[in-house]
Amino acid sequence: MSELTFEGVSVRFGGRRHGLTAVDGVDLTVPGGSVVGLVGESGSGKSTLARAAVGLAPLHAGRILLDGEPVRRGRRSRPALQMVFQDPYSSLDPRMTIGDSIAEATPRRGPARRAEVTRLLDLVGLGADRARAYPGQLSGGQCQRVALARALAGDPRVLIADEITSALDVSIQGAVLNLVREVQRELRLSLLFISHDLAVVRYVSDFIAVMYLGRIVEYGPAEAVLTDPSHPYTRELLAAVSEPVSTGEADPALRAVADVEPADPHAPPPGCRFHPRCPVGPAVLDGRDLCRESEPVPQGHRHLAACHFAAGR
Amino acid sequence: MTTLLTGVRPPRGFTGNAWTRFAARRLARLLISVWVLVTAAFLMIHLIPGDPVRVALGPTASPELVEARRAALGLDQPLWLQYVHYLGGLFSGDTGTSVGTGLPVSEVIADRLPATLELAGYAFLIAVVVSVPVGVGMAVLTRRGRRRKTELAFTSTSVVLGAVPEFLLAVGLVYVFGVQLGWVPVAGRSGLGSYVLPVLALAVGPAAVLARLLRVETLSVLEADYIRTARAKRLPDRIVYFRHALPNALTATITVGGLLLSAMVAGTVLVENVFAWPGLGTTIVESIIAKDYPLVQGIVLVYGTAVLLVNLAVDVALALLDPRSTIKES
Amino acid sequence: MTSPAKSTWAGVLRTPVGAGAAGLLAAVLLLAVLAPLLWSDQASAVDTGRILEGPSGEHWMGTDGLGRDIFFRVLVATGLSVGLALLATAVGVGAGLLLGTAPMLLGRRAGRLVTAVVNIAVAFPGLLLALFFAVVFGVGATGAVLAIGFALAPAFARLAQTLVAKVAGLDYVAAARIAGLGRLRLLVRHVLPNIAEPLVVNATIAAGAALLTFSGLSFLGLGVQAPLYDWGRLLGDGLSSLYVHPAAALAPGTAVVVAGLAFNLFGEAIAKGIGMRTTPVLLRPRVRSAPAARPAVTGEQEPVLAVDDLRVAFPGSTPVRGVSFALRRGEAVGIVGESGSGKTLTALALAQLIEEPGEVSADRLDFLGRPLLDLPARERRHLLGTSFAMVFQDPMTSFNPTQRIGRQLAEVSEQHDGLTRGQALDRAVDRLQAVRVPAAARRAKQFPHEFSGGMRQRAMIGMGMMGAPALIVADEPTTALDVTVQRQVLRLLDSVRTADDVALLLISHDITVVRQFCERVLVMYAGRIVEDLPAADLPARARHPYTRALLAAVPDMSTDRERPLAVIPGRPVDPADVPRGCAFAARCPLADEQCTSADPPLVPDEDGRRVACWHADAVTGLPLVAEEVRVGE
Ligand SMILES: Nc1ncnc2c1ncn2[C@@H]1O[C@H](COP(=O)(O)OP(=O)(O)OP(=O)(O)O)[C@@H](O)[C@H]1O
Ligand code: SF4
Ligand code: SF4
Ligand SMILES: [Mg+2]
Repeated sequence: MSELTFEGVSVRFGGRRHGLTAVDGVDLTVPGGSVVGLVGESGSGKSTLARAAVGLAPLHAGRILLDGEPVRRGRRSRPALQMVFQDPYSSLDPRMTIGDSIAEATPRRGPARRAEVTRLLDLVGLGADRARAYPGQLSGGQCQRVALARALAGDPRVLIADEITSALDVSIQGAVLNLVREVQRELRLSLLFISHDLAVVRYVSDFIAVMYLGRIVEYGPAEAVLTDPSHPYTRELLAAVSEPVSTGEADPALRAVADVEPADPHAPPPGCRFHPRCPVGPAVLDGRDLCRESEPVPQGHRHLAACHFAAGR
Repeated sequence: MTTLLTGVRPPRGFTGNAWTRFAARRLARLLISVWVLVTAAFLMIHLIPGDPVRVALGPTASPELVEARRAALGLDQPLWLQYVHYLGGLFSGDTGTSVGTGLPVSEVIADRLPATLELAGYAFLIAVVVSVPVGVGMAVLTRRGRRRKTELAFTSTSVVLGAVPEFLLAVGLVYVFGVQLGWVPVAGRSGLGSYVLPVLALAVGPAAVLARLLRVETLSVLEADYIRTARAKRLPDRIVYFRHALPNALTATITVGGLLLSAMVAGTVLVENVFAWPGLGTTIVESIIAKDYPLVQGIVLVYGTAVLLVNLAVDVALALLDPRSTIKES
Repeated sequence: MTSPAKSTWAGVLRTPVGAGAAGLLAAVLLLAVLAPLLWSDQASAVDTGRILEGPSGEHWMGTDGLGRDIFFRVLVATGLSVGLALLATAVGVGAGLLLGTAPMLLGRRAGRLVTAVVNIAVAFPGLLLALFFAVVFGVGATGAVLAIGFALAPAFARLAQTLVAKVAGLDYVAAARIAGLGRLRLLVRHVLPNIAEPLVVNATIAAGAALLTFSGLSFLGLGVQAPLYDWGRLLGDGLSSLYVHPAAALAPGTAVVVAGLAFNLFGEAIAKGIGMRTTPVLLRPRVRSAPAARPAVTGEQEPVLAVDDLRVAFPGSTPVRGVSFALRRGEAVGIVGESGSGKTLTALALAQLIEEPGEVSADRLDFLGRPLLDLPARERRHLLGTSFAMVFQDPMTSFNPTQRIGRQLAEVSEQHDGLTRGQALDRAVDRLQAVRVPAAARRAKQFPHEFSGGMRQRAMIGMGMMGAPALIVADEPTTALDVTVQRQVLRLLDSVRTADDVALLLISHDITVVRQFCERVLVMYAGRIVEDLPAADLPARARHPYTRALLAAVPDMSTDRERPLAVIPGRPVDPADVPRGCAFAARCPLADEQCTSADPPLVPDEDGRRVACWHADAVTGLPLVAEEVRVGE
């Protein structure tokens, strides 16, 4: 069991003037053998954080550690971190049989390789006879299984799953979720599970991290975050999945806040990044100018929340 | 239904005056391109293997003559100095002297340019005037697999016409209308009749390509979501086609139209030679064969600048038609 | 199992155009090899006695200025013309590939420089570049090969760059990078094979272009020099004697055209073969008037929309097979179902937006008491234009990108209410305000790309409210949006509904959203409604096995974390091949013989809930989550 740690990780894209800090000083730990669910809206930097971990996005600052050691990356070193992507069709080379795709990712050579491919296909619930199929001949759910098998081929210690069910049809999502959970438990993998769907994250995760505009705003054991959300943004996400849609607030200030457009990541608001949309922030309540001026740091007794007025503080 | 959230992210960071930034960036690109063009024209002569003066004067010329000519052309100076002189000359309007005629290059060009411009201008006008209605009309007529025979006839005709190079078409036209029928003059530039064949030879190919492209573009635009929206608004067909479909079909076409116009500028070289048209095209071929390098250099600059201006026009037209392009441009 | 590449090529050869072009090209190539070997002597035999003769039995195309046979000269010239063109293409493709893959191999900074250079060069037409290089490399065959090769390179480099960048951004390349493959191996194993097809197509077309350009250069006297000859030179020689002896010019000219076409057509045929595979044509059905509708029912509870046995048929399939329901004023009804179950087609059919070759029929399709299928076109247009609003799934593509938002709203009122342009714009601003678009007057002047996704969806709803809608049909209006934005849009729809008593039909694949938002839920499967029940009855009182399976397969905030999610085995039904009996039978745990022999009707119970299942009453006793979990799909 391996622990994955992000320490002050920042990722920037673009030049100095028109650049954008997609991930900004993120500290996050995926404890060994457990599942950390990462939620947040599109553009909040979830995928970028994941891609930084596997070396697909350049780090601007900070470190990524695996069991306290910086993640090594190179031609020869065995990739201890593997990733499964969102789009099942673009994540497999259409010109390679799925057997070849999986074989390419195993460190084994020779006859052991074929046995390994068979074992992996079996593990993800596909028959070994499928090894000679091309991705175009499989359904989306089956492609996602192959992608998982390929990720497992590298004997990873940590797996990152980025929105792996959001491109699948509802009746297939469940099967893929079951499989990921099964494999994670069986192989005692550490798993960073990214999704925009809080219900899905709740179902698979031991810990939940909530991301907003490049920052982690709340982090803690799944139970604690869900039953006792401290950050107003987390509460809003929870309300979105569990409460019926109502015509809206009577209070005009609250209504205005509820209709604010999502912020522009090129120019994040000063102070607390959530303040223009916060229902308990300076736009609604008096005497909360602090939110506009200084950025809250994650803290708390039970779990971490980056809010000056976190519930229960 | 599948959700690919990442694919649909609103464009962010749209602030300030997009047009000003577009103009500034586009101008910078034009200047860089002109600089590259001028440098390429300057280097062209120096890239010729061996001594261009020796090449031009032939192996029998005496060494003294070669030296004298070298000195006259400034070729005995260091390369950077020659470059500086060349740039300086261009700025003051001095493009050198034609070896063949002894006339200033700019004078030769000024004499020949109008004939070429007329040719390309008329040809482009005709290509556009013919292809737009034909292409859009064919799209509407042959939508969703209707009138398959018409479609086949149109597609094959336009493929063949688009594939015949202008100079061969020119030869064919000369044969049919000049030799066989004797309707119009086949050489020189004298009177309206002499324009008919060269302009046709230049216009037919691009018109065929444009019409075919416009049909395909119109077809794909007609399937777009916003056309469905327009129909959901119950707008009359006329408005759906002209207000919602045409501008979008044109944006893709204009890009190719620009390429075709540039290609037409180049095509004049061949067509002029078939019809002995007194333009830049005949002049550049004569001067390449006669190794009159200053004149070649000058004409290359003219053609290159024409192409850059066409590209500029295309980008401006695109920006006017499609507001997104002022942002994409970078 | 065959590799996808092989089947494409075989498919191209099976089409008539593809086979013809391939045959022509093969003939040209064969001639290029054989003709110089077989007929060189005949072609160079000088006969001063028979100068510039016309075609005759002995000399099919006549003779040239030295009495040589033109027919044989044209045949023999095939070798040089095609050979040099191919050589030039090879130079161009090689140089282009090097330049085009450089950005991927060299890394970001060096790559950007290469790209910039290519971008400038590509703006110049090939012939101009060829002339430029012809000056540099000198007049002659070698010079011309290099000149044309280098002239082709920029366009090819641009193409290769675009293709490489596209493929390099795909997830499987990312996965291979994570697995530790180096840049060169990535390029060779994953990128090049996947861009080979378009590269080959373009190289073929480029070879045609090289052939034409080469003839052009030779024709101008800048290419092949005497005593060698290619078609271009023959043409140039022949042109001077066109009046005396046209065949001397026309024969090589025809040869150039035929050979050029062979390359071109073959390239186009492959391109088409590939294109057909990658971009299937989306067929949207067409409206056709249906069997006579019954007169409208009048009464105090007159529904906004009444549909009976609605069907949408295409040649070969019927994706909507008899949908019946009614909507009251102010009611919010949801339609849920997997993709392909016919939700969107139902919506389009209601809105009369189905196009050829689709056909819509219904026993009854009444909107505000008027039979839509029988109304005169003009009346129908006005009725739907003012009272029926549609909101589509993808707010990014559903607005015309070249028109200002305000204009796009305003044209509705100009069209249907006869407002002037100015009045209509004022109304548009007013409607934008009503859907809570901040700074509406300013935003009305903006283009769609300046709106965020949520704002665009609001504007789309505002567009529906330009008239006085009695019904809003929203097809997956929030699928493309984030949860919080999704909620804003749903809230807006809800406030519109309650404020103006507008009926709302919300279509979604997400049963959670529908449950939160609607009073009544219609569950669709394989083109039919299989269950119709109040949202409050979910999940406990759902009676159709499919409804219950859907509920159990999707986790919500109360799902038991310790148990696996239920799985619906099998795949959705293909509308072209609907089985006999209940369409769900193949996936249903309760299916028996009755189910596979007869399709269950949609029967109402005493509370007005409807279900189409032979064993509906057996279902409610079952636990929501099946114990047995099946891994396959
Ligand atoms: N290669 C890139 N160049 C420039 N900007 C990028 C790049 N990749 C991502 N971004 C930007 O970084 C921000 C974060 O993107 P990211 O994909 O990580 O979001 P996300 O939370 O995963 O969203 P989603 O739920 O849509 O997947 C976005 O604003 C995005 O536009
Ligand atoms: S810091 Fe202030 S604005 Fe930010 S979330 Fe907390 S209360 Fe809201
Ligand atoms: S009719 Fe039979 S097969 Fe169909 S859903 Fe009911 S029990 Fe299942
Ligand atoms: Mg993402």
